[in-house]
Amino acid sequence: MRVKALETILTEKGLIDPAALDEIIDTYENRIGPRNGAHVVARAWADPAFRAALLEDATAVVSELGYYGRQGEHMVAVENTDDVHNMVVCTLCSCYPWPLLGIPPGWYKSDAYRARAVREPRKVLADFGVTLPEDTAVRVWDSTAELRYLVIPKRPAGTEGLDEAALMDLVTRDSMIGTGLAITP
Amino acid sequence: MTRPEPVFEAPWHAQLFALTVHLNEAGRFDWPDWAARFAATLVRHGVNRDLNGGDDYFAAWLETLETLLAEKGWAEAAAVSQMRDAWEAAYLRTPHGDPVSLDA
Repeated sequence: MRVKALETILTEKGLIDPAALDEIIDTYENRIGPRNGAHVVARAWADPAFRAALLEDATAVVSELGYYGRQGEHMVAVENTDDVHNMVVCTLCSCYPWPLLGIPPGWYKSDAYRARAVREPRKVLADFGVTLPEDTAVRVWDSTAELRYLVIPKRPAGTEGLDEAALMDLVTRDSMIGTGLAITP
Repeated sequence: MTRPEPVFEAPWHAQLFALTVHLNEAGRFDWPDWAARFAATLVRHGVNRDLNGGDDYFAAWLETLETLLAEKGWAEAAAVSQMRDAWEAAYLRTPHGDPVSLDA
């Protein structure tokens, strides 16, 4: 009811448009979610030129697909390889690539994850059921209000013949945060 | 496939999120300023206990927004508190199932 009170006061002062609030909620509940990010990842797997452009300037590439940040933030894509596993956190609050992944899950916003991701990333990964080879380095990226990261997970083996739509189904939300791996079919 | 988690755990989380995003998009404040303020509130709230990222996260969010709006002079604390009470009274007097309205 405190939120309701703010809404009423701001509406009476003409500072907000209540219809716009409903539109924002509808967008985030129904139209924006990890499918957007999965679309980007699947295309990066399938199309080398797209992948190169994405790694070069993710903001421009994902904007062209219609996924742009409402807060004017920059997007950076980081790619997992045999040598490096990337993982994303926001140690200060919960900055997150909304246009690509939607609203972050509860654990992403928790103190436990925000503190431990940087301090003991391998243990956090283990909690998520991810064990990496010893010689794979773990790189943790700390998001900010201006800079959001998308992890491009490793393309699973045995997926050479799959088209973009089929590849999308292998890309989980957690695999794009770096706390999971893409699904091996 | 497991069932997808709800995007927002509670309706008031969604309302609060939308209100903040809308104010930002309308140019009332910029996002880095918001994030810095919110981060400071989270630190303050997390000093004595671990926040779980659910209700307590949005409680910190709400406190940040209330403080910001009060500072800007757009929603003074006293007015917000009075309006909150008015809404509470409206909810209490409205028969179940009817739309809730401030006009008695």
